Amino acid sequence: MSKILFVDMQKCTGCRACELACSMKHHGEYNPAKSRITVFGFAPTASFIPIFCTQCEEAWCQNMCPAGAITKEDKDGFKIVKVSEVKCVGCKICMLACPFGDMSFVSEKQKVQKCDLCEGEPVCVDACTYGALQFKEAEIANLPKKKATAGRLSESYQEVKV
Amino acid sequence: MYGWMGKILRVNLTNGEISKEDLSPEVAKNFVGGRGIGIKYLYDEIDPKIDALGPKNKLLMVTGPLTGTAAPGGSRYMVVTKAPLTGAIANSNAGGFFPAELKFAGYDLIIFEGKAKKPVYLWIENDRVELRDAEAIWGKDTYTTQDMIRAETDDNARVACIGPAGENLVRFACIINDDGRAAGRSGVGAVMGSKNLKAVAVRGTKGVVIADKDKFSKAVKAHLAGFKLHGAEWYDPWAGGTISLAMPFVSVAGALPTRNCQTGVFEGAEKLSGELFNATFSKRKNRPGVACFNCPLGCGQTGKVTDPEFACEGDGPEYESTGAFGSACGVDNLAAVAKASYICNEMGMDTITMGMTIACAMELSEKGYLPERDVGMKLNFGNAKAMVELVQKTAYKDGFGSILAEGSYRLAEKYKHPELSMSVKKQEFAMYEPRALQGLALTYATTNRGACHIRAEVHDISVWGIYWYKMLKDRGITEPLDPLRWEDKPWACKEIQDWYASLIDSSGMCNFSVISSDYPEENICAMLEGATGVSFGGYEEMRKTGERIWNLERLFNLKAGLTGKDDTLPPRMLKEPMPEGPAKGHVVELDKMLPEYYRLRGWDENGVPTPEKLKELGLA
Repeated sequence: MSKILFVDMQKCTGCRACELACSMKHHGEYNPAKSRITVFGFAPTASFIPIFCTQCEEAWCQNMCPAGAITKEDKDGFKIVKVSEVKCVGCKICMLACPFGDMSFVSEKQKVQKCDLCEGEPVCVDACTYGALQFKEAEIANLPKKKATAGRLSESYQEVKV
Repeated sequence: MYGWMGKILRVNLTNGEISKEDLSPEVAKNFVGGRGIGIKYLYDEIDPKIDALGPKNKLLMVTGPLTGTAAPGGSRYMVVTKAPLTGAIANSNAGGFFPAELKFAGYDLIIFEGKAKKPVYLWIENDRVELRDAEAIWGKDTYTTQDMIRAETDDNARVACIGPAGENLVRFACIINDDGRAAGRSGVGAVMGSKNLKAVAVRGTKGVVIADKDKFSKAVKAHLAGFKLHGAEWYDPWAGGTISLAMPFVSVAGALPTRNCQTGVFEGAEKLSGELFNATFSKRKNRPGVACFNCPLGCGQTGKVTDPEFACEGDGPEYESTGAFGSACGVDNLAAVAKASYICNEMGMDTITMGMTIACAMELSEKGYLPERDVGMKLNFGNAKAMVELVQKTAYKDGFGSILAEGSYRLAEKYKHPELSMSVKKQEFAMYEPRALQGLALTYATTNRGACHIRAEVHDISVWGIYWYKMLKDRGITEPLDPLRWEDKPWACKEIQDWYASLIDSSGMCNFSVISSDYPEENICAMLEGATGVSFGGYEEMRKTGERIWNLERLFNLKAGLTGKDDTLPPRMLKEPMPEGPAKGHVVELDKMLPEYYRLRGWDENGVPTPEKLKELGLA
C-alpha cells in the first residue's frame, strides 16, 4: 500500500489556504508564488482545481535530469520523487520535461523545487478546511468517485421503472 | 516590519508622479491598517469640506497586517475616501484576491491624489509601477475590464476596477475586484471615475513575513476551532451562501425590509431562499460556495439563469442584494433578483442603494408623488421587469436613470417627500428593519458612513443567536440579547463599533470569519501580535484603538459639516409602529438610546467628542 496526494475537486472552494501552508512550511513566508501547489479557478464552470506533483512512478523530470539530482524514494507508506539540493545544478531541464508544470524554480537558491509530500505529513492537506485535499491510499483513492457514479446510475435506474 | 509590508505607494494622477514612502511604525501601531490607517491619512491630508468628486479628494486602498496571511478570512482591503453619496467618510471593503496580491507586491496601501487628464489604470508588478492608458477600456463593464487588463499585463494579475456607473459618476458606484467582489457602499467607484482612474491591476511574488510563527499558528488554530464549534450548523447552508444564512433569521424576527420598509414581513420570502437558489440557478449546486483568499467559509455564489425573460450569468446574489431587489421592491422572483444584482456587478453599482432607491421610487409612484411620465413606465411594487430595466438605465444615467443615480434621498427630496427615503446620512438601510432590531437601529443612526449593518452587527448577538463574544462573557451574559429591548443596546452598539473598527476593519479580516469563531476578539488580538510582533496590549487596548478610529472619523464628519442632527432615522421608523409580525407595535426608541450612547462615547449632547475624550485617545 502507498499513500498519495489526492483531490476531491467537488469540494475545492479556491481559497488557496494550501498555497499559504506550503510556502510557510518550505520558505518561512506566506507567498503563493513560492508554493509547490497552485489552485486555478474557472468561471464558466465555477470550478477550482489545485495542481501539484503526483509523484510519477516513472518520472519525466527524473529521466531528464543530467545531474542525477532527482531520485525516487520509497518511504514508509508513500513514495516521493525527490530533488537533491546538493546535486541540482539549476539547469531547469526538468521544468521543460514535466508535462504537468509541477517543477518550479527558486531564485534565491538557484535550484528547482517540487512537492515532497512534506516527508509524509503534507501541510496542505491539514490546511484544507473542506477536505478537498486528501492524503490517502492510492488503490482505494477513487472509491468515493465510483460511489458517486453508482449513485447517479441508481437514480436513473429508478426513473426508468421497467 | 512584520505583518505589514512597510511601504506606501503614492500616485499623483494629475502629474503622473509615483512615489514610495515608508509606513511609520507609530501610525501602524495606533491605527493598525484598513479603516484606521485610511482615516489617519485622509484626515491629515484633505480638508473634509472639499467636493467628493473634485480633484482635491483622495482615494486610499488599504490592506491590514493580517491580509495575505493564514489568518482565516484575512482577505480584505478597505477603500477610504470622502463619499459622494453622503458627504461623510467612506470606508468600503472587499475580499477576493486583489488585497492579498497588493501585499505580495510589497505594499500596505495606495494613496491616489489629483485627477488624470484622460483615462488611465495603474499597473503594479512588484517594484515596477506605472500608469497606463485606459482609453480602449473606458466604457467597458467590470468583467470585460478585468479580462482586457489581464490580457495586457499578466494572466495572473488581480484587478480592481470601475464599470460604466463609476465613469458616469453614479453616486453609489462601487469598485469591483476578482470577478464579482465589491467595495460596495457610499460611491467609492464614482470617486475613481472622477479621477479618470479605471482600474488598479497588481501582480506580486513577494512574501508576507510574520514575527512569531508559534504564537500566530496557535491563534489561527484557536480561531478555526471556533468555526467547528459554532460554525458547524452553518456549513451546510453555505450551499446557498449568505441568503441561506441570513434570510431565515431575519424572517423569523420580522425584520425583512419589505416594500420600502412599510413592513418587516414579506409574504414571498420563501421564494427568495438560498435553498431555492442552490436547486435552480447555482453553478455550484450542492458544492460549497466560492471562497475569498484563505477563507474557511466560502460564502460566494455564482449562478446562471436561462429563462429568457431574466436570462443572466454572474456572481451572487448574496443576502443584501436579494433583500434589496427582492422584499424591499416587493419582488418574489429570484431570477429577476439575480439579474438586477448581476447588472449591478457588471456596471459597478452598490446593490443595496440601487434596490432601495428603486423601492423608494416605487412607493413615491404608488402614492402618486412621482408621475408615470417622469419614469417612462409604470412603476409599482412587485414590478420585476421595470426594476431590472431601471437598474440598467441608472448605470448610464439614461432618462429617469439619471435621477435614480443620485440615490434615494435626492430622489425623494426632488419629489418633495424626503421622509420616504429609508436612509441615514443619505445612505440607504441594509436588509435589516430597524423597528424589529433596536440595536441595529442605533447602529444605522450612528455609523459614520451612514446606514450600514456591518460596522456593528448588534443583530448578530440578538437574532442570529451569537453569545460567544468576549464582550458578553465579560459581563456575565450567556445568551443572545432580546432584539426588541433597547436598554442594553447603547453599550452593546458602542462596544461592537469599537472592537470591529480595529480588530476586523483595520486588521484585514472579514466579518464572517469573526462571527463564526469562539471569543474572536482574543484570537484576533493574538493573531495581530503574532503576525506583527507589536504588543498591542490585548483586547482592552485594541478596543481603545477602535474607539480612536471611530472618533477620528467622527471628527472628519463634523468638519465636513455633519452634526448630531444627522444621527437619526426616517420618521417612519420613529413614529409609525411596525404593523405586523414579531415586532408588531414597536418603533425605534432612538430618543432613549441616543443620549445614553453619546454619554458612553464621552461626547456632549450635540454628539461632539469632548476635549477630555480626544486627549484620552491621543487625538487632541
